[in-house]
Amino acid sequence: MAAENKIEVKNLHKCYGDIEVLKGMNITVKEGEVVCLIGPSGSGKSTFLRCLNRLEERTSGDILINQKNLYDKKTDINQLRQNIGMVFQHFNLFENLNITDNITLAPVMLRKMNKTAAEQKAIELLTTVGLADKADSYPTQLSGGQKQRCAIARSLAMNPDIMLFDEPTSALDPEMVGEVLNVMKELAANGMTMVVVTHEMGFAREVSDRVIFMDDGQIVEEGTPENIFEHPQMKRTRDFLNKIL
Amino acid sequence: MSFIEVLINNMPSFLAALVLTLQLAVCALIIATIIGTITGIFTVSVHKTLQVISGIYIDLIRGTPLLVQTFIIYYGLAQVLRPYGFQWAKLGGPFTAGVVTLSINAGAYMAEIVRGGITAVDSGQVEAARSLGLSSWQTMRKIILPQAFKTMLPSLINQFIISIKDTSLISIIGIRELTQNGKILAANSISRVMLIWLVVALFYFIICTLLARFAKIVERKIAYGSRK
Ligand SMILES: Nc1ncnc2c1ncn2[C@@H]1O[C@H](COP(=O)(O)OP(=O)(O)O)[C@@H](O)[C@H]1O
Ligand SMILES: [Mg+2]
Repeated sequence: MAAENKIEVKNLHKCYGDIEVLKGMNITVKEGEVVCLIGPSGSGKSTFLRCLNRLEERTSGDILINQKNLYDKKTDINQLRQNIGMVFQHFNLFENLNITDNITLAPVMLRKMNKTAAEQKAIELLTTVGLADKADSYPTQLSGGQKQRCAIARSLAMNPDIMLFDEPTSALDPEMVGEVLNVMKELAANGMTMVVVTHEMGFAREVSDRVIFMDDGQIVEEGTPENIFEHPQMKRTRDFLNKIL
Repeated sequence: MSFIEVLINNMPSFLAALVLTLQLAVCALIIATIIGTITGIFTVSVHKTLQVISGIYIDLIRGTPLLVQTFIIYYGLAQVLRPYGFQWAKLGGPFTAGVVTLSINAGAYMAEIVRGGITAVDSGQVEAARSLGLSSWQTMRKIILPQAFKTMLPSLINQFIISIKDTSLISIIGIRELTQNGKILAANSISRVMLIWLVVALFYFIICTLLARFAKIVERKIAYGSRK
């Protein structure tokens, strides 16, 4: 039996004023698939990702998450977002909360989990990302890599079935990139459905099931990592890869 | 020497006036903080009407003198509402009118402070909260307001200090707080006018300085992660 579609995007257009940043995107992501989105800066990768949980409003087109139309009047967007984790380039840990509270906030508030159970779970998650000793620290006391691992733990605390990553390692010092990618690799290995915008071609090659190259608001080429990195068909893909590899 | 004398001889009246000044200020500031928080949130609301209404309120208050606002509320309202049986005397007299005026006045300035604090919060904080599934109100309550409060605190305390000094103007409608009390004492003691006003000034100075000190301590205490 084929895995079910977790994300379906049909002919998605997005304009900022007169400028069209997404020009008809079509993507389907199946359960457990890891899709890496690559492309030059300004090509619309972040905008696309942010449309998937309605942090940005589409201009036209359809987005289905778990077969539910994001723009259906009956869809409770806050409810839907609970199942879609998002990890940001700049971590966005809640600065007024310590690490444990960062992680327990949403489960306690939205899932009505009791505080003790949520804290127990937070410690477990922090242990898996190697930050158990930081439970009482505040975000300002953490390094970039630690912040990002904590941000991932925060998302995971809601037991999402989809995780979106927007350049999760781009704001990190080089020596911290590995620790974050390792956490993501583990997630992928455990069957999480992931859409990852990244410039880490090593990661894309090793972990993803599919690589999508985007330029100028459109998908230029998509395929297995091998297809994209070893045998790119399009000139734009080759130019891009030549520039960054 | 005679400074101390003036102070001690008139201690009961100074203390009574001080209490009144403090009551006026505390009542007004509590109400003003509520007004300011709500209208401050309105100014950044997605609802255009709320934005416009709060904008007009803030502009009107900031564009007119407190003294005139006091007269409008104390004398003006009394005149306009008299046919409906309204009298300030029934509601606690000039003191209540003073609290109302000062609350409305300080509320507008606080709304500006709250708005500034809210807009200064990094948009990434909001996005992170919303992406977890928090509603906009939950995000406001748990993330934005606590963070805004930290940046707002110095300006808030500053507004508190301004409002405490503004109680002095409210004396005009006949509340025997520090300033009005000074006026009465001075009228009865022509040879000590300077000393009396210096004592009055000292009372304000002590309240405001204590408040400023207190603010510094609180600011240090709430710096995130400054202590375990
Ligand atoms: N809020 C916005 N208002 C106007 N233009 C925007 C906004 N956000 C992004 N853009 C524009 O949309 C285009 C795509 O941006 P983005 O999705 O961030 O690209 P990428 O993530 O691939 O670098 C860019 O040209 C950017 O300037
Ligand atoms: Mg981007």
